[in-house]
Amino acid sequence: MRSDSHRTTVNRREFASCAAAAAAGFLLTGCGPRRLHELPPDRLKDAIREMERRYAQQYGTAVTVSDAPPIPGVEFAYALDISRCVGCRRCVHACVEENNQSRDPEVQWIRVLEMEKGKGVDFSEADPYYAPPEVPEEGHFYVPVQCQQCRNAPCTKVCPTGATWTEPDGIVVVDYDWCIGCRYCMAACPYGARHFNWGQPSIPADRLNVKTHVLGNRPRPQGVVEKCTFCIQRTRNGRYPACVEVCPAGARKFGNLLDPDSEIRYIIEHKRVLVLKEELNTVPRFFYFYGT
Amino acid sequence: MRLRVGTVRLFSQFVGGSIRQVLRGPAAYWAWLAVLLMLIVSGGRAYLGQVQDGLIVTAMRDPVSWGFYIGNFTFLVGVAAAAVVLVVPAYVYDWGPIREIVIFGELLAISAIMMCLLFVLVDIGRPERFWHLLPPAGRLNFPDSILAWDVLVLNIYFLINVVVVTHIVYMAFTGRHYNKRIVVPLVLLSIPTAVGIHTVTAFLYNGLAARPYWNSSILAPQFLASAFCSGPAILLFVLQLLRRFTRFEIKDDAIWKIAELMAYAMFLNLFLHGAEAFKEYYSNTEHLLYTRYWFQGLGDHKTLVPFAWTAVTLNVTAFLLFIVPAARRNRVMLNIGCFATYAGCYIEKGMGLIIPGLTPDTLGEIYEYYPSMTEVRVAAGVFAIGFLVFTLMLKVAVPIALNEFQLRRGPAGAGH
Repeated sequence: MRSDSHRTTVNRREFASCAAAAAAGFLLTGCGPRRLHELPPDRLKDAIREMERRYAQQYGTAVTVSDAPPIPGVEFAYALDISRCVGCRRCVHACVEENNQSRDPEVQWIRVLEMEKGKGVDFSEADPYYAPPEVPEEGHFYVPVQCQQCRNAPCTKVCPTGATWTEPDGIVVVDYDWCIGCRYCMAACPYGARHFNWGQPSIPADRLNVKTHVLGNRPRPQGVVEKCTFCIQRTRNGRYPACVEVCPAGARKFGNLLDPDSEIRYIIEHKRVLVLKEELNTVPRFFYFYGT
Repeated sequence: MRLRVGTVRLFSQFVGGSIRQVLRGPAAYWAWLAVLLMLIVSGGRAYLGQVQDGLIVTAMRDPVSWGFYIGNFTFLVGVAAAAVVLVVPAYVYDWGPIREIVIFGELLAISAIMMCLLFVLVDIGRPERFWHLLPPAGRLNFPDSILAWDVLVLNIYFLINVVVVTHIVYMAFTGRHYNKRIVVPLVLLSIPTAVGIHTVTAFLYNGLAARPYWNSSILAPQFLASAFCSGPAILLFVLQLLRRFTRFEIKDDAIWKIAELMAYAMFLNLFLHGAEAFKEYYSNTEHLLYTRYWFQGLGDHKTLVPFAWTAVTLNVTAFLLFIVPAARRNRVMLNIGCFATYAGCYIEKGMGLIIPGLTPDTLGEIYEYYPSMTEVRVAAGVFAIGFLVFTLMLKVAVPIALNEFQLRRGPAGAGH
């Protein structure tokens, strides 16, 4: 019979396949970066410590990177009072300071559009570069636009690597270590909310906000996409986003959509609210309203 | 065991012989290679600069976040898909004169897909993370992301063509006929796959509701129509060169037939464009902005207008030349028609698809994009790599097909 020689071959083959499986397993679990939200807790801690060490070295100051998880029973939503906004752009700059956007080249997550009162919300007539000596300008109103944290987010759907997703508390986040920089999400976003690091981002060391979140305002590398996270590093700790806090007109409201007593619920239930580009069925968690 | 040694010897003879084929050629061949190498070096240096400084060295910015690279990618997917225009009559209708040149269509498809993949690679911000797309180590967001679909179909199409071409060439080298049971099913499979790569690439843009210029169901059919113009246009140049410089016999009939097919494809292309333009202009909604930016410009922003009308003129010229039998049978007219087709489709995809789709941006800002020198150099380098690969593959495949370069069967086995 050929059974003897037959068995040797099988044994050799078994050995080879076991070795290959072991090598593959080692490669898959042991080394190499993984998507942040797939990492087991202990490896996430390691990865975060490594980030803190790297940023501390880079900026010469202690940096904390939080991995605060979503709070159960919380879904964030935002409302912006178009009738109150004066177009001062303090939100734009507070956001840059808070979220460690690159100063050169300049990245801004909030874009304030100046519109003419007779024309209504018409993007093709909007001016993002308005620069009058004083705001608000006569006959104009202002519509600030940032990430609308859509429930049907077109951006996360198109990402080829799963580097961006919606967290359980409704925040759309990006894994800066997994994004390959293909910018498909930017083409898919109807609100211009996603921004790319075209060059090496730079932040003066003394301007760095050292309280960061791993899915939010930690310093970003060149060649990846970033966006508004409702100040995830603040809001998951019970604070307001920086843009809400800084607004001198009180035009910005923020809260928990699932809490029936929250201000955001009051606004949605009692005011005339609208969402941008409703016809695209993105279902934003960002509402606009006319408070007065 | 003996068979294995034989195979190894055979293969090394094939490789050695191929290298000798590639290293032999007239002055014009070497001049062509030198030009390609220069372009590759220039493109490589530009790309190194881009890797170092980031995509900021391109003219792309947040409002126009895709540009020349992705335009070229889209155009070349069409070129790759076009091999099918030759495969269909050859295998489905068993039309003899075209069958012998199918292999050149497949070689062209291989080179074009290579260029496509390179164009995607030079466009992404973190090329070293390319493996994030590849399971099991990476993660491919399938089936949600159309880009994931595109990665799959492009690679499948690439593999099919590589297998078929390698098999046919290798068998011819060993003096045997190719195995019909392998080739015919694969070639038949390549037909829907070719349609697939271009359809999926169209869906990549088509599926984005944020961009009304792309969000039109006419996009995929229009992509196919223009692909069936531009791919064969290159092929007609190549076939004429082969006929001139090698003993390869390519019948006039085959060339005229391809030109005739191109005329129909061009008609369809123009018709679909016209249908889209009618809808936009007559309904005159806010979505007209993007079409107006391409054909008329918006206010003082008129960068693309000359490109738009050049493309229309070239495409109409090509159609007229190819639809009149006397014109397409005239060698000069034929070549003018090929050039017009190629250039027209290239402008229409390279400049006319991506840039107006993103201008004005989603919040109404008009950023006038025009490719930077780095982008032009890198793109030229990618094209040069593609043409180099195509040239070298032809250099090996043509003599094999002509039985000039074959396994030497002597009593001593290999070699002299």
